[in-house]
Amino acid sequence: MIPYKKNYTTRKKRSQTLLFALFSLMSYSVVGILLLILGFIIVKGIGVINWEFISTAPEEGMTKGGIFPAIVGTFYLIIGSALFAFPVGIMSGIYMNEYAPKGKVVQFIRMMTNNLSGIPSIVFGLFGMALFVNTMGFGDSILAGSLTLGLLCLPLVIRTTEEALKAIPDSYREGSYALGATKLQTVRRIILPMGMPNIITGLILSVGRVSGETAPILFTCAAYFLPHLPNSVLDQCMALPYHLYVIATSGTNVEAQLPIAYGTALVLILIILIVNLLANVLRRYFDRKVKTN
Amino acid sequence: MNKIEAIDVNFFYGKFHALKDINMQIEERTVVAFIGPSGCGKSTFLRLFNRMNDLIPDTHLHGQILIDKHDIYQKGVAVDELRKNVGMVFQRPNPFPKSIFENVAYGLRVNGVKDESFIRQRVEETLKGAALWDEVKDKLKQSAFALSGGQQQRLCIARAMAISPSILLMDEPASALDPISTAKVEELIRQLKKDYTVIIVTHNMQQAARVSDKTAYFYLGEMIEYGDTKRIFTNPEKESTQKYITGRFG
Amino acid sequence: MRKPFERIIEGILACSGYITSVVIILIVVFLFREAFGLFKSPAVEEGYTIALNRTNKVSEDQFHAQTLKLVFDSEITNWSNLGGADEEILLFRLDDLTNYYSEEELGSNLENVPDCINKLVDSIPGIIAFIPKLYVASNFKGRLIEDVAITPKDFLAGKEWFPTSTPSAQFGLLPLITGTLWVSLFAILFALPFGLAVSIYMAEIAHLKIRNIMKPMIELLAGIPSVVYGFFGLVVIVPFIQKVFHLPVGESGLAGSLVLAIMALPTIITVSEDAIRNCPRSMREASLALGASHWQTIYRVVLPHSFSGISSAIVLGIGRAIGETMAVLMVTGNAAVIPTSLLEPLRTIPATIAAELGEAPAGGAHYQALFMLGVVLFFITLTINLAVEQITKQQKS
Ligand SMILES: Nc1ncnc2c1ncn2[C@@H]1O[C@H](COP(=O)(O)OP(=O)(O)O)[C@@H](O)[C@H]1O
Ligand SMILES: [Mg+2]
Repeated sequence: MIPYKKNYTTRKKRSQTLLFALFSLMSYSVVGILLLILGFIIVKGIGVINWEFISTAPEEGMTKGGIFPAIVGTFYLIIGSALFAFPVGIMSGIYMNEYAPKGKVVQFIRMMTNNLSGIPSIVFGLFGMALFVNTMGFGDSILAGSLTLGLLCLPLVIRTTEEALKAIPDSYREGSYALGATKLQTVRRIILPMGMPNIITGLILSVGRVSGETAPILFTCAAYFLPHLPNSVLDQCMALPYHLYVIATSGTNVEAQLPIAYGTALVLILIILIVNLLANVLRRYFDRKVKTN
Repeated sequence: MNKIEAIDVNFFYGKFHALKDINMQIEERTVVAFIGPSGCGKSTFLRLFNRMNDLIPDTHLHGQILIDKHDIYQKGVAVDELRKNVGMVFQRPNPFPKSIFENVAYGLRVNGVKDESFIRQRVEETLKGAALWDEVKDKLKQSAFALSGGQQQRLCIARAMAISPSILLMDEPASALDPISTAKVEELIRQLKKDYTVIIVTHNMQQAARVSDKTAYFYLGEMIEYGDTKRIFTNPEKESTQKYITGRFG
Repeated sequence: MRKPFERIIEGILACSGYITSVVIILIVVFLFREAFGLFKSPAVEEGYTIALNRTNKVSEDQFHAQTLKLVFDSEITNWSNLGGADEEILLFRLDDLTNYYSEEELGSNLENVPDCINKLVDSIPGIIAFIPKLYVASNFKGRLIEDVAITPKDFLAGKEWFPTSTPSAQFGLLPLITGTLWVSLFAILFALPFGLAVSIYMAEIAHLKIRNIMKPMIELLAGIPSVVYGFFGLVVIVPFIQKVFHLPVGESGLAGSLVLAIMALPTIITVSEDAIRNCPRSMREASLALGASHWQTIYRVVLPHSFSGISSAIVLGIGRAIGETMAVLMVTGNAAVIPTSLLEPLRTIPATIAAELGEAPAGGAHYQALFMLGVVLFFITLTINLAVEQITKQQKS
């Protein structure tokens, strides 16, 4: 009575099987691209990396030697930006989840945080140059670079903090109030320790972000080549991503410099891999701990 | 003639034994009500008849479910074909994010009906059958979300009827509705009996008494008692049933 | 005892709560502050001026950056094109002086140059001279075109970006913005089918175990620094494109789009996978219960339901692509021309800023123009973010 087509069910089953196969093929090819990029850089870079490469300075117009100053510079920038962004970002996240009036205020702050995270890193570079380098007079320096990078990863820190705190059930807060604890005591003794694992995961990921960014430090900090390590926060420094950029694009001696570029890229990739791995392991570890509790 | 037969049905969610040794026969063109306290397995049992539980990972069925004498869990049964014959209405109205018309036409389209004039005629027919036509005939192109909760639920019933199944499964179809909408839905269910075999899960005992011919009482995964609705509500054999229907339960 | 202390802490927390808002405001203020001088900077190169014969009646408004460029490139050759008399335009640069005067006449220390120029400009009605202000004689008899500033029109509608062009540096946005949109558009076109396929696969098809492996991999893809993508593009994709299409150089819009596509994938995948997962189970079940296949359910119910989430994913991906700097800088070849094909080099706004800010003296027109690019970029991405915000809000209601 209803004019069903014959064999329609088998036909649609067959096209579904085909489509799903296509989707999984496409998915695996995306994973393949990732593995290709990683594999390519690992294969090409592994032979370059040795103790000398990571412990000595570049020599002979950066055609020989290692990348020690760039590693140190990136390390300083990570520390510097963390010193600024972690406390401020965590406090901001605490304010959003624990103190700010729910509704309009939180929505507004969240919107602004999203907006900030959408701003391209080169704009942060421009801003850092205008504010820290020129107006505040820090000059091209680790200080200016760290602050710029700190601003850049602020939204990430805020968001992970907020999310970590949001996941804590209200019953813990109520339990603490019921015992006569003040809001601050509750936050400090109950909420923060409980949220800390997830917050730490976010912090680790933001370290990864900072270590790879180039555009924000182009005009605030990064030095093309420095024969010595920086002495103070007002010195310039070299940085891994900038070093890779310089060597890959404005090299004078491609044959000698390409291996150095592969080595530098591999060091960067290794940092990112370690950071991601650490974050995932921590996340899993803490998840399990929460479950068994 | 028996439309549906359940033979020694045991069902597991992982290791959890949700249905225990259930046997049941349901005759054609009757309304059967499943009652029992929440969590006793009514929905689980109901969802066996259109293999909806297949979607839940790590579940196992032992025993047989026969519809028109065919084991629907046999290898090679086309689940899509089965579901064309066994319609389902859910607890909360869940129309698709489409127009009223397209909601009703959906089942026809996904089963390969392309004839637009037939679809139009069938949609009108079903909406009339669901006593919804007069309320929506001027706004068929509007989103289904614009309807009231009760209208949405009747739309979902119409949606299930459009592909003319022979069985309709209803999982607490009126529990999210106001009394007036509930009355309309109940009236509709009484009408449906003429053409369909209807199984309805309900929390509401008056509802079961009002609409059903037979009633099955479930408790902790077991079917305690099954029989004519009138008898179950006036003269239950088991004490547990007695307690439940008189509200002295737990 | 406790109360005031708690108050203070609360105050500090509130302050840091608003830090992102403050930063955004500061960014706007500082970008504008540095950029704003652009429309007050002279259109003619610093220290130089344009001189005309005094009979030349062409209005001063005619002399803006783009026209000057056209005149000195001999694209405009008659004053009548600029609303003046029907007179051939004669270009004069300082180097041309020796065509008119001998070295003795100019003086051994070039002390006679101002007089010579004065005479020359006075004697040729169709002349337009581009000369250092230093050489304008005190009794100059010609007409000086001064106070010509770069106009917003020069910036917004300018078809050329050529900061070292003389006599008038060209800061035209068009080639850069079209370049930016061009690569981003194609990047999304490349990324979208894959992004959708992966998100559908992960949310609907793959076993939980496979998904749990894939998800961190996608996150890793998002974590790889953009210089590394740029480097990979430079050593793998660029030579590949050069070989396949037999191009003189492989740096091209295509290389940029491919790299950007890979970089935009994680954003598209994560956001749309979330959206797909958010489709209520009841809706899926309703579809399946009507005899629809899994794919029919995805295609007809799940995707329409997660439409707004998927659109935010696309818009966010475009935002990522538009703002990306280093990777694009390294693989697109950076030719500031309005793109007509994917196989030519092109240049984007962020890449321009990154490549040129180092050479632009602070406070100069070039520097200001680069900050103006920053302003443009800022507002493009802000618009995109607000659009996403709007889409998500609609989704919730
Ligand atoms: N997807 C599932 N996974 C595991 N256990 C489930 C699932 N669905 C239901 N159950 C369990 O099976 C039992 C019966 O559930 P259900 O059939 O929904 O009961 P009713 O519909 O009678 O309220 C309950 O104990 C419930 O916890
Ligand atoms: Mg139920």
